Amino acid sequence: MTTPSSNAAAPGRFGPYGGQYVPETLMPCLRELEAVWLAARTEPAFLAELAELQADYSGRPTPLYRARRFEAACGGRARVWLKREDLNHTGAHKINNCLGQVLLARRMGKARLIAETGAGQHGVATATVAAWAGLRCTVYMGEVDMQRQEPNVRRMRLLGAEVVPVLSGARTLKDATSEAIRDWVTNVADSHYIIGSTVGPHPYPTMVRDFQSVIGIEARRQVLEKEGRLPDVAIACVGGGSNAAGLFAGFVDDPVALYGVEAGGSALGHSAALALGTPGVLHGSFSYLLQDDDGQIVPAHSIAAGLDYPGVGPEHSFLKDTGRVTYDKVDDAEALTAFGDLCRLEGIIPALESSHALAFCRRLLGDEAACARLLATRAAGPDAGPLVVVVNLSGRGDKDMHGDAGAQQDGGAHGQAR
Amino acid sequence: MGRLGDLTAALRAEGARPVVPFVTAGFPTDDACRGALRGVKDAGCRLVEIGVPFSDPVADGPVIQAASQRALVQGMTPARSLELAAWARRELDLTVVLMGYLNPVLRMGSERFAAACATAGVAGLIVPDLPVDEAAGLRASLHAAGVDLVSLVAPTTDAARLQLHAAHASGFLYLVSTTGVTGTGAGAGDGLEAYVARVRAACTLPLYVGFGVGTAAQAARVARCADGAIVGSALLRKLEHIADEPAARAATSSFIGELAGAMAAAGDGTRDASGKGDHS
Repeated sequence: MTTPSSNAAAPGRFGPYGGQYVPETLMPCLRELEAVWLAARTEPAFLAELAELQADYSGRPTPLYRARRFEAACGGRARVWLKREDLNHTGAHKINNCLGQVLLARRMGKARLIAETGAGQHGVATATVAAWAGLRCTVYMGEVDMQRQEPNVRRMRLLGAEVVPVLSGARTLKDATSEAIRDWVTNVADSHYIIGSTVGPHPYPTMVRDFQSVIGIEARRQVLEKEGRLPDVAIACVGGGSNAAGLFAGFVDDPVALYGVEAGGSALGHSAALALGTPGVLHGSFSYLLQDDDGQIVPAHSIAAGLDYPGVGPEHSFLKDTGRVTYDKVDDAEALTAFGDLCRLEGIIPALESSHALAFCRRLLGDEAACARLLATRAAGPDAGPLVVVVNLSGRGDKDMHGDAGAQQDGGAHGQAR
Repeated sequence: MGRLGDLTAALRAEGARPVVPFVTAGFPTDDACRGALRGVKDAGCRLVEIGVPFSDPVADGPVIQAASQRALVQGMTPARSLELAAWARRELDLTVVLMGYLNPVLRMGSERFAAACATAGVAGLIVPDLPVDEAAGLRASLHAAGVDLVSLVAPTTDAARLQLHAAHASGFLYLVSTTGVTGTGAGAGDGLEAYVARVRAACTLPLYVGFGVGTAAQAARVARCADGAIVGSALLRKLEHIADEPAARAATSSFIGELAGAMAAAGDGTRDASGKGDHS
C-alpha cells in the first residue's frame, strides 16, 4: 500500500488539510485505531487475510474492461477502459474499505459497527462485513436518501443491520455522518465507526485511501498488461473521494493526467466542494467545504445520493492546491445522459455517482483542443496512438432504477426533478 | 491566567460550588434568551455559558441541536452571539464563556474572533470539536486577547492526555460527565467520583462537570466531588415553549435557583465533613 502524499512531519496532514477535529471523548480511540492500523498495514498475516477476502469474498481483481461502443460514442479519439468496481460483492468499491476496517475492528475487540451512508452502498458493504464477522451493525441514513435508494435500505435490513433514519438538516449524507459521529461518541467503548470515505479525522482519510488503493494498483497492472503502457488519463467521481483516492493511488507518481469529477447538481444546488467551496472544518478534518460567510455548512445537492455531501476528503484538497489532480464538475442532467449511454451502449448499468465520471470522460473526449493538448503533452509521446483513458466505474446502478434515472430511461414519465 | 481563571479561583476560595447555566444564543427567541440570562442573574449565578449556534453540532444531543437549528432559522449569527455576550457582560455583570464549534471561528479568523471576544468582554471560549492536540494556534490568539480557552476532558481521557490538558488548560477544566453527547448522559454515572478524583490528581484547575447534569440530585452529587456544574439541555427544555422575556426569566431563575440551592447545600455538607472549603 502506498502513501503518495502523506506528510511525515505531521501524520494525518496533507499540506494544511486533514487533522483531528473531534470531541475529546474520541481522541484516545483515534490513537488506538491509528496504532492498530499502522501495525496491521505491514503485517503479513493481516495482508494475507485481507487479500484472501478480497479474492474469495469480494471477487477481486475486478476486471478492466474496454468499453468500445462507449468510446466510439465519445468521438473515437481514445480507448476507454472501465475499472469494474461495480462487479465487487455488494456492487461497489465500498467493500474494499469495509473489509479492511472490519478486520481492524475485530483486532480492537469491538462488538458493533456504525456507518453513515448516502447512496446506501457503504451501508450495504458495512452491513455485509458485520454479518460476515458476526458483529452488530447500525447504519445512519438520511430520510431523503432512504426514499431515493430504497432497494439498499432493504438490503441492509436483510443483512441484519439496523437502519436509523436521520431527520435533521437536509436529511442526506452530511446529517447521517453527524448522527453516526454522535453514536460513536456515545458508544466508543464497544463500537467501531467505519467511515465510508476518505473524510473524517486522521487516520481515516489515509487509512480509507490505503484500503481503496487496491483499485489503482490493480488498474495500473491491468492497463500495463492490456496496453503495454500507462494510461494518459484516469477519471473518477468525487463525493468524499474514496473511489478517486483509490484509483489515483495507482497513478499519482506516474505521468498520468488525473481528473476528479464533482457533482454540479442542478438549479437546486450542487456538491462541488473543491470547485466552488472554501476550506473549513467539518466532520473532523480541515478541507474544502460548502459554507456561508458565517461558517455555517450549506446543504449540498446532487441527483447522486453518494455525492450529495458538502465536504470532501482532505487529500483531494491538497491535490487540488498542488495541481496534481484537475477537479471539474458534471451536473445532474449530464450524469443522467451518461447513465443512459452506458446502459444502452455497453449493457452496464452504472451508479449515478459513477455516471458523473463517465459524463466527464465523454465531455473531455469531445473537446478536440483538450485531447490535442493531452496527446501533445503525454509521456508516451504524440505518436503513441489514441489516448488511453481509465474511468473508475465505482458502482452499479440497480439501486437507482426506481428513482430519477429509471424514470428517465422509461421515457421520463415521472420527470427528473425532485 | 485570564479573568475567567480569576473568577473560578475566587469562587473556589469562597467554597462556592457554582452552577453554570448554558443558553443557546437566540433561543427560544431573542427576547426570551435575554430573559433567560436575566433569570441566570436572578438565581445568583456569576458565570454563564452562551452557545453560538452551528449548523452541524456533532457533540450535541437532540435538545441543543434543535435549539441551535431554531436560533439559526431565526437569524442568529456568530456576530450577534458576540453582541448578546457583550450585553450579558455589560447589563447583567455576568462573566461569559462562549461555546462554539470550530468552523465559524475559523471562518471569522482566529485572531479576529479572539479580538471580538475581548471587545465583547467574553472571558473564555469552549470549542467542543477542537481537541487540545490541535488547539495551539487558537489558544495563542485567545491568550493574546486575554481570553481563556477552556479544555474539555472526557471519561476516556487517559493519564498521558490529562497531563497534556493540565499543561495547557486555563479558566477551568470542563469534565464531560459521560461518553456521549450533551443532554443524554446519566449526568453523574457510577464512576463520577473516581473520575473527578483522577482528574484532580493531575490538574489543579477548578473542575466543572457538564453533559447531562439536569436535576437537583445530579447537581448535588457533582457539588460533593467537583467545583461546579454546567447545565444546558435541561434548562433549554424548560425554555422551548416560552417566547417572552418575563416568562423565560422566571422559568430560568426558578430552575437554576433550585439547582444552585442543591449545590450549595451539598457543598456546605462537604465543607462540614472535611473541615475545609478549598481543594487546593
